Amino acid sequence: MRFVPFVLVAVSLAAVADTRRSGFDDMSPATQAMQRDDEQNPALLWLKDGEQRFAADCARCHAPASMRGVAVRYPAFDNVLARPVTLAERINLCRTRQMKAAPLAPESAPLLALEMVVANASRGLPIAPPDDARLGPFRERGRELFFRRQGQLDFSCAQCHDQHPGGRLAGSPIPQGHPTGYPIYRLEWQDVGSLQRRLRNCMSGVRALPFDYGAPEFVALELYLMQRAAGMALETPAVRP
Amino acid sequence: MTRAIVFAPKSARRGDVIEIRATIQHPMETGYRWDGKGGLVGRDIVSRLECRYEGELVFAVDLWQAIAANPMVSFFTIATTSGTLELKWTGDHGFAHTETAALTVE
Repeated sequence: MRFVPFVLVAVSLAAVADTRRSGFDDMSPATQAMQRDDEQNPALLWLKDGEQRFAADCARCHAPASMRGVAVRYPAFDNVLARPVTLAERINLCRTRQMKAAPLAPESAPLLALEMVVANASRGLPIAPPDDARLGPFRERGRELFFRRQGQLDFSCAQCHDQHPGGRLAGSPIPQGHPTGYPIYRLEWQDVGSLQRRLRNCMSGVRALPFDYGAPEFVALELYLMQRAAGMALETPAVRP
Repeated sequence: MTRAIVFAPKSARRGDVIEIRATIQHPMETGYRWDGKGGLVGRDIVSRLECRYEGELVFAVDLWQAIAANPMVSFFTIATTSGTLELKWTGDHGFAHTETAALTVE
């Protein structure tokens, strides 16, 4: 129950003045234009791929329109596994439980494409973490990880993204680190990637050993980050530098 | 599987200048990077995009290693007659991909 006062504080602060900024606000006008205009956004290639995959595999049960509002509440609690699952994990659970198909490899193009279709259906909706008490301990664990120093450089997430957003790290602007547009097309990767890929990137940046894809630590961090960004609009598919 | 997206107007008036935007999914591997074992990663790029309007070449561009992955090309042509725009990408290792877009001119 320790997270409850924290949530109340976050809500009351938001009511006063929301100083949170999406990474979009700190990008160059050229990169912003790339995201704004679907005809220029390279992520559209993955989105079209995902739409075809969705029509072939998922549409038997799910109407595409019914996916609106789904991505903004993940990670969510899974009753069978008795732990929170990310959106990517949920897609794979759907494949193994309902379709009796093999799960897609983490961070593989087909999985990212499906994730993008589901997230794109919620484009423009405010991030809305579920009000589920069972998520509390996991979210608290994520908060703990966010503030814990790690790696040879001995940095925590909070030192950059809470204390020095707007500054620069090795010439690159430090954003506030809100997961508003995943999966993103990242120009540095020249590819589409998930939030966990981005987190692994940050971890190797501070010379820590990154957690594996799907690690419980990452799910906990995702939970905390989505809570931290609650109310901000989802931008998927976002472009980031 | 190669995927490409072409944005072009479905219809135009005769004499209109129309914009065509084409994006193709391709790694555009420069051939200058090293792999984990100390060898060079072989060059694999799209080297040319040609656009034919009812068979006539109206636009062509040569692409090189300095172009990023998933290149988007935007260009203009004049709508003269109803017909097909055929975009053809070619590149290393026999890479070829074609997309078409129908245009109605009133």
